[in-house]
Amino acid sequence: MAHFIDRRLNGKNKSAVNRQRFLKRYKSQLKRSVADAVNKRSITDIDSGERVGIPSKDISEPVFHHGKGGVRDMVHPGNKDFVTGDRIRRPEAGSGDGSGQGKAGRGGTGEDDFVFELSRDEFLDLLFDDLELPNLVRNQLMGTTEFKTVRAGYSTDGSPANIDVVRSLKGAIARRTAIGAPWRARVRELEGELEELLSGGIDETDPRVCELRHEIDRLHTRIAALPFIDTFDLRYQSFTRLPEPTSKAVMVCIMDVSGSMDQVRKNLAKRFFILLYLFLQRNYDKIDVVFIRHHTIAQEVDEEDFFYSRETGGTVVSSALNLAYDILSERYDSSVWNIYAAQASDGDNWDSDSTICRDLLIDKLMPLMRYFAYVEITPRQHQSLWYAYQEVRAMHRHFAMQEIAGPEDIFPVFRELFKRQEA
Amino acid sequence: MSKTIISDSSEWSFPLLERFDREIARLAHNVYGLDTYANQIEVISSEQMIDAYSSVGLPINYQHWSFGKQFVATEQTYRRGQMGLAYEIVINSDPCIAYLMEENTLPMQALVIAHACYGHNSFFKGNYLFRTWTSADAIIDYLVFARRYIADCEERYGQAEVELLLDSCHALMNHGVDRYKRPTPLSLAEERRRQKDREAYLQSLVNDLWRTLPVVEDADGADPESQWPQEPQENLLYFIEKNAPLLEPWQREVVRIVRKLGQYFYPQRQTQVMNEGWATFWHYTLMNHLYDEGLVTDGFMMEFLQSHTGVVFQPPFDAPYYGGINPYALGFAMMRDIRRICEQPTDEDRHWFPDIAGGDWQGVLDFAMRNFKDESFIAQYLSPNLMRELRLFAICDDDREEHLEVTAIHEEQGYRALRQALSEQYNLGTREPNIQVFNVDLRGDRSMTLRHYRHNRRPLGDSVDEMLRHIRRLWGFTVRLEALDEQGRVQLIGEC
Repeated sequence: MAHFIDRRLNGKNKSAVNRQRFLKRYKSQLKRSVADAVNKRSITDIDSGERVGIPSKDISEPVFHHGKGGVRDMVHPGNKDFVTGDRIRRPEAGSGDGSGQGKAGRGGTGEDDFVFELSRDEFLDLLFDDLELPNLVRNQLMGTTEFKTVRAGYSTDGSPANIDVVRSLKGAIARRTAIGAPWRARVRELEGELEELLSGGIDETDPRVCELRHEIDRLHTRIAALPFIDTFDLRYQSFTRLPEPTSKAVMVCIMDVSGSMDQVRKNLAKRFFILLYLFLQRNYDKIDVVFIRHHTIAQEVDEEDFFYSRETGGTVVSSALNLAYDILSERYDSSVWNIYAAQASDGDNWDSDSTICRDLLIDKLMPLMRYFAYVEITPRQHQSLWYAYQEVRAMHRHFAMQEIAGPEDIFPVFRELFKRQEA
Repeated sequence: MSKTIISDSSEWSFPLLERFDREIARLAHNVYGLDTYANQIEVISSEQMIDAYSSVGLPINYQHWSFGKQFVATEQTYRRGQMGLAYEIVINSDPCIAYLMEENTLPMQALVIAHACYGHNSFFKGNYLFRTWTSADAIIDYLVFARRYIADCEERYGQAEVELLLDSCHALMNHGVDRYKRPTPLSLAEERRRQKDREAYLQSLVNDLWRTLPVVEDADGADPESQWPQEPQENLLYFIEKNAPLLEPWQREVVRIVRKLGQYFYPQRQTQVMNEGWATFWHYTLMNHLYDEGLVTDGFMMEFLQSHTGVVFQPPFDAPYYGGINPYALGFAMMRDIRRICEQPTDEDRHWFPDIAGGDWQGVLDFAMRNFKDESFIAQYLSPNLMRELRLFAICDDDREEHLEVTAIHEEQGYRALRQALSEQYNLGTREPNIQVFNVDLRGDRSMTLRHYRHNRRPLGDSVDEMLRHIRRLWGFTVRLEALDEQGRVQLIGEC
């Protein structure tokens, strides 16, 4: 008779450790693959898992095996019209090695990859490996204006509403047991003595018996007089307020939408913004995103307009910076919010405006910021804005600027901006 | 409809499974005389089945990235629907553990119970290779020991270090069996007890390689016995475990663990046709018997037959999805054919199989199951009738010739050659390269020379360099690989 066991409720992730080991072992290949994937994939689905590939030869587990050549005899089924001594032209591929399966997927790279799916978290872990948000230290030192109430065990005083009945009564029982113990021990002792006397034939009226009975009664009264509950027993649930580091961040996206920014450049900018958004999301519970687009005047818009509507006209960058400052001072208190900003532009600006931008950044915006990243999407020579911003960078360590020429630059630039800095 | 029908639903439940198991056990034990280990049937989900797959079917194993890779690959193909999971996995242990997937329908579960718990199970218990090479009652304990030992090593010496060692051992896993010596049975308690002694003893043995005192030699110096080992050694892992000069005791133990696992799988690699054929034959026979007794419905049989015929389908060589001979098909056909030879022998059968034609089929099959492996089973029992039925033909592929030649077909003159060729195809010795330790330069640089004994001029594949690196990691000194061809010429293939 067989023994049946229902194992369905047992854990099903027995292989999780082995899977992790596999990923760990091929981390460098996977990182390369992930970085490629980021640049290739469509910008709308960046926030999902990813199929990645590792060249099969890298992960093969070798054994000694026979190669091609030599003499081989094989038996096959399904003969139709062969007779002994027939000579057959050698099949083109695979040379009839018995597997019969030609190498699939010959087109393309010619080398099969071991392709599999990473979960979203694994994907992002690999993607943002070695990256960190600059200036998080400052974030933890300041901005602790929020508190949350957490349980902190029990205390002996508090408001009646917080009395913990079970704890209090348990305490009462313990106290009554402890204080009454010597008396009860004495009672048992006297009762034993009394029994001995009575069984020894001594009369109820004997003075010694009366004395014992009196003493026992007295002790019982004392035990009964122990208070059922005492203020000493009361226990209150205790709560304490812990300062909570703010876990809110606001990300200000500023993009130039003047005529010189075409859809290709906007897509590049968008990928950059999305990367930044995903990265922030891993560090903060709640993220607000503010979209500001500008040509000669700046506007706060929603995501759709930000990325897809087209405007024309000249470029005044300071308009956007001004608007950003207004929004921040109005809605996002820098002691509560971690403020990050990313600006994408092709570098065009009115010459006289660049110095205004510089001053705006240095005096007003940078003191509020955790980090300000400027990416210039241009294959051309830098213009005045770049040089003005270089002055800002000289003054503020948490200002960074990089240049993006094409899609393949986005991720390297992003890594450059957020790579772990030496302390 | 008969009143005795067990269930006409396709949904399974534990009481129904138990009922089926009872009926099948009754037939298997009382009617057909199968001798089995006790069964432990575990119902698992498909995710758990993928888990089981990726640890080479073992219920517990040490941790290694390659199992993770296997897991990822299986999960991928399963999720994308490129591959169904096997309906069952059965483990050669006592009690015999079989996994049923919860997604299976009732007829499928019954099929699996018959196939795994009575077919494979009796094969594990009866076949001489399994009896020789595995100890069903100790394997689970040994795996527990191995897992714990390797986890300990990882803690002490670092995961990376252990992983590298395991990689190299896995590469040689197929070269870890003494084919001619019977291994000692495993037992957990004994393993533990002896392990300490072994560490010390092994180290003392190896120290001999390091002896610096001059050995008193004959004056002429040309020592005829400088060849060591005196006989070539085919069990590479064993040789390394006992003789590699630089391995730490714990590393020797790890080599040993992998060697023991390789040994556990050794019979399975040699009895695929027989084992699957036997199990398939019995599920077919048992299911039909249930039907004859009126215990199952027509619908049940239809579903059973559909998956059964799927399993034993043999596409012809020119079909686009032909992937060689299907071991289920060949094994099942041979088992059935043996029964036919016993029950309805023709004159041809009497001529070819005088000792079994018209005999007691149960006894003949039982004898065949116990005393053969694929190679000898085919050489002994493949009948002309079956060769005709499968329309087998043999091809010779000689790379010096421009054409392939058909050397034998299913006709009177071809039967013996055909049978010989098919049997040879299942000979592990031909399938896998024959590589042996030929010499260790004890007096010089301690380099090890391996020899590949070529058969039919077949060369080694392109993994040679990588393999040499693995062997070098284990041996610690230079490793050379030579090829010896049939004319006795030696050629250096690689050195690392």
